[in-house]
Amino acid sequence: MKLEQFCSASRVVIVAGKGGVGKTTVTAALAQTAARAGMSVLIVEVEGKSWLATLFDRPALGYEETLLAPGIRGRTLSPDQALVEYLDDHGMKPISKRLRSTGALEVVAASVPGMKDILVLGKVKQLEQAGTADLIVVDAPAAGHAITFLTSAVGLLDAMATGPIAKQAADVAALLADPTRCRVSLVTLPEETPVAEVVETAFALEDRAGVALGPVVVNGLWPALVPCPPRSFRAGARAAGLAVTAADLAVVERSVGFATARRQRQDVQVERLSQLLPLAQIPLPYRFGATLGPADLEALTDAFVEGVAALPADLT
Amino acid sequence: MTVEGIAAPPPPSPLSTLLSTRQVVVCCGTGGVGKTTTAAALALAAARSGRRVAVVTIDPAKRLASALGLDGLSDEPALIDPSLWDPSGTAVAGGSLAALMLDTKSTFDKLVIAHAATPDQGERILANRLYRNISTVLSGTQEYMAMEKLHQLHADDAFDVLVVDTPPSRHALDFLDAPNRLVRLFDNRLFRLMMGPTRLSMRAAGAALGAFMKIVAKVVGTAVVDDVMAFFRAFDGMEEGFRTRSLEVLRLLESDQTGFVLVTSPRPDAVEEACFFADRLRSTGIEIGALVVNRVHPLLLGAAASTGRDDLATIAATWRERAEALDLVDQPGPADACTLVASLVELVRAERTAVAPIVERMASPDLVVEVPVLEREVADLDALAEIASHLC
Repeated sequence: MKLEQFCSASRVVIVAGKGGVGKTTVTAALAQTAARAGMSVLIVEVEGKSWLATLFDRPALGYEETLLAPGIRGRTLSPDQALVEYLDDHGMKPISKRLRSTGALEVVAASVPGMKDILVLGKVKQLEQAGTADLIVVDAPAAGHAITFLTSAVGLLDAMATGPIAKQAADVAALLADPTRCRVSLVTLPEETPVAEVVETAFALEDRAGVALGPVVVNGLWPALVPCPPRSFRAGARAAGLAVTAADLAVVERSVGFATARRQRQDVQVERLSQLLPLAQIPLPYRFGATLGPADLEALTDAFVEGVAALPADLT
Repeated sequence: MTVEGIAAPPPPSPLSTLLSTRQVVVCCGTGGVGKTTTAAALALAAARSGRRVAVVTIDPAKRLASALGLDGLSDEPALIDPSLWDPSGTAVAGGSLAALMLDTKSTFDKLVIAHAATPDQGERILANRLYRNISTVLSGTQEYMAMEKLHQLHADDAFDVLVVDTPPSRHALDFLDAPNRLVRLFDNRLFRLMMGPTRLSMRAAGAALGAFMKIVAKVVGTAVVDDVMAFFRAFDGMEEGFRTRSLEVLRLLESDQTGFVLVTSPRPDAVEEACFFADRLRSTGIEIGALVVNRVHPLLLGAAASTGRDDLATIAATWRERAEALDLVDQPGPADACTLVASLVELVRAERTAVAPIVERMASPDLVVEVPVLEREVADLDALAEIASHLC
């Protein structure tokens, strides 16, 4: 599939997945991919994980938009921020401080299930309608919260038919239901539990939120190594004029064995995922450093672009 | 697979100490670091050492749940057949292992019924729409109910030790704040205002509230406001019981009957949360009993290799040079292998660098326990036993 076609499939992409699968990294890689296709991108960080900016070597994200890279801006949008902004916009500015100090804000928010989620998505919708960027990438809340987050609008409409919040929920539901406006990109690791959870999440989202799902991003794939028995390693080393000891050979053997076993277990899970979930996959490589920085983001973006190129052209 | 380079016999595990001296062991840490698995493995170890233990899990992965016999939502501790956690019959006699999965709503319902002045008051609260939202979706409720469950089980003499998993909050310490937050909700000025002015001095405030609630009603609808008022009216008089109870939970957590196990992965974002949590606990006067670093990659360099962080950087650089030399003479297989060795060494080094800030916060390096990344999925009691062998 052409990069431009992939990146312009919808104006909003919500990146969702369980904690620890690399959702934030994938959010950044997707944004960078779209920027390479010449699009302007806005990253919206819902959980307030301001470290996303370190991937771009920039200071932490805040509520105000900041430039992360050419063509890429970023901001946070926490549920509490969205709630306060909504109240301010709806004539409650004079009392919103009092609402907070008395704890009434929590009561009001709790009295309408999913209200904060709806306000976050409502704000995203507002940004989308304002045409603030060619593509808005939303780093969604972790874990099972993704389902709650994305079904909040439908759930609220069932319970409440009128009023400003219901209107907001209807707008959000319309955004989510329109595949030309919004898609969800699920992220997982090629491991047993994350695969089980992403499959469950995918079906729940399609059934209950009516949202279109893009390809699943399979993050953290270890390198597929060509077997390198000691004899061919020794021969290679001789050709390069390298002195290797028996201890070195043992290190190579253990390392290759470890990585190969890991990759084989991952391959089993990738296959299982494709059996269980009829969605295209975009594989991303495992990054060996513990701290991810701009170099990692570049490498992941390269892999993302490759993954997109490998998708069938007629994918809808 | 073995982790090489560790020859000396390890000092006694801080986790064994906690499990044999504390009545409550709380596993905390940010989401995705393996808290639930750690809690389950600790419980298994405690049972095998002859303790009567219950593990309170929160939303375990399906296969782990069924391994623990938790196929349905089981709100009460269910005993696990000893043949499952002690297949060889080698455990110390007298131990037992029970597990339960937290059911937030059911725990809350029981609490309301217990504190209601009359059965009618209890029923009215349970039927209120706001209550139904609070008991299921309000942030902090799950944390509070985990602590409430802990309180109940602790009062019961059936167990020697309780191992508690904590909810996957953004901030690992939400559960410490949750009881307070919920009590504040029931206890705040708004609450008292909503009860209606009972004294003359309150009348003015009551009138102000009317205007206030009118604005709120405009945004969320009058039905919602009516629910809120009805809820607070129904709740009248119960907040005292809730407050007492939450204070008791906090006292238990802060006492020396409770031990805290901080769980982290060797990655900077998880470690950052762990540091935040450690500092917060320390400011309340609580020392962390043990730090579990989960899913640590092994150093595959062999027993003779030096393992200092600077040395690891040098070793990795050497393997990278080898990879380049091999690439130059078009030996892709051996070159990739050398690159892999370098990457794995750098990974171990990066993990050690990542965990350094939290390790430094511990009172002693002996409190740190590393669990290597396993070659298989932790989905049955065998795998839990393998983790337990690293923990204790």
